[in-house]
Amino acid sequence: MITFDNVSFSYESGAPVLRGVSFHIAPGEAVGLIGANGAGKSTIMKLLLGLLPCTEGEILVDGVRVEKKTLPQIRRTLGFVLQDSDSQMFMPTVYEDMMFAPRNYGLSKEEAEQKVDAVLAQLGLTELKHRHNHKISGGEKRMAAIATILAMEPKAILMDEPSIALDPCNRRTVINAINGMRMTKLIASHDLDMILDTCSRVLLLSGGQLVADGSADEILRDKALLEANRMELPFCLSGRH
Amino acid sequence: MDKINHALDEFREMDALAAQDSPIHRMHPLVKLLITLAYILCVVSFHKYQLSALAVMVLFPILMFQLSGIPVRTCFYKLRIVLPLVCAVGLLNPFYDRAPLLQLGNITVSGGVVSMITLMLKGVFALMASFLLIATTPMDSLCAALRKLHVPSLLVTLLLLTYRYVTVMLREVSVMSDAYHLRAPGQKGIHISAWGSFLGQLLLRSMDRAEDLYESMQLRGFRGEFYYAEVPKCTAGAVAFALGCSAFFAAARCWDLPQLLGNLIT
Repeated sequence: MITFDNVSFSYESGAPVLRGVSFHIAPGEAVGLIGANGAGKSTIMKLLLGLLPCTEGEILVDGVRVEKKTLPQIRRTLGFVLQDSDSQMFMPTVYEDMMFAPRNYGLSKEEAEQKVDAVLAQLGLTELKHRHNHKISGGEKRMAAIATILAMEPKAILMDEPSIALDPCNRRTVINAINGMRMTKLIASHDLDMILDTCSRVLLLSGGQLVADGSADEILRDKALLEANRMELPFCLSGRH
Repeated sequence: MDKINHALDEFREMDALAAQDSPIHRMHPLVKLLITLAYILCVVSFHKYQLSALAVMVLFPILMFQLSGIPVRTCFYKLRIVLPLVCAVGLLNPFYDRAPLLQLGNITVSGGVVSMITLMLKGVFALMASFLLIATTPMDSLCAALRKLHVPSLLVTLLLLTYRYVTVMLREVSVMSDAYHLRAPGQKGIHISAWGSFLGQLLLRSMDRAEDLYESMQLRGFRGEFYYAEVPKCTAGAVAFALGCSAFFAAARCWDLPQLLGNLIT
């Protein structure tokens, strides 16, 4: 579904942000992307979505090379949940925000509305439908942001810190929602407990390089590996609870 | 900062007003837009001494307020900052134009006073009509109407995004202002020495936020053409209303209706 083949990237006249990163994510796989601040997680997401140009190496999404002319196709395949829901939700109401993508992709009002209703029901958010974006809580906004992406029916979903700044209850709601999705998932986060709950595989980045790629259970229990890369064991495995 | 949050709330209240239900709210946005344009054009075309003829134009906003259920005080409250500016436009007229024009009992009214009042009324009427249009029509519908008038997509999208970004920018101002005041207790506003960095930071933050929003739109299929709201069908009633209004505007412009009425009575 997603292939990174020896991808390197650096911003103009800056130090390299990614160096020779290669991995492949199979359809339906749930992969956690972890690493310290500045490790290159967001850059990988942006390269995948074509928000940054891939200058070295090759990125394939569903067999299509990510380049300027294929961006509409790539972006139809991938849904991206931004870290800051306020930056994602720009229409006045949840309903209008959810209608935005389906209508842009040519669906009639009735078809788009059916999709919106189905996604809201799936996530248990029906009561949010006509609420104003600025009047819903942070947790509701995060769920609504996920709903706006699911309404696109992407083949794969990318999430940047989906559990950040959420209370335990809302965090659990988001985790349940993620686990309920059947599509390919790539989740960048520092919340290793959440990664453990939602992902079967983990990619560990450090200094722009992929230093570990393996099962979540294996990597997230490796204290030495995590600490060597400025991370620590997930709280649930730390023996402190 | 309370003032900024208040401004944000007021901005959002306009959306809430536009989302209400009334015969005017349900009317086709293009009809409302055309009526409003016709009204404003008609109002501004009155001669500076045609005070009585112009006064009758107040009937249109009164009718719109009645039919839309929007309180008049809301209009004047929302326009409280701009109204004094509009009213100030003709303040110097009485000093330049002192020729007597009217005799009200023992009082001689100069042409300057009449033209000042006429100018004020023109401004107030135009503002009220614009307010009524925005307060009864969601911005998406208004943009849809503009597209129907073949206003270039780029301009309409720019208008819509500006409208959306204003709240984003106000939110940034609010956050920055709160952060400033928490570390500058007792200060009423932002000290002049901090204006430069405050504005610079605001610009940079707004640009970042705007870029995030734009990327979010692009990732959801936005290709430069906004999908605008579904507009209601143009009913015969709306057309009749538009024709009625237009006929009234034309009549008010061609004849001094209050004077004609006065002549009929006396």
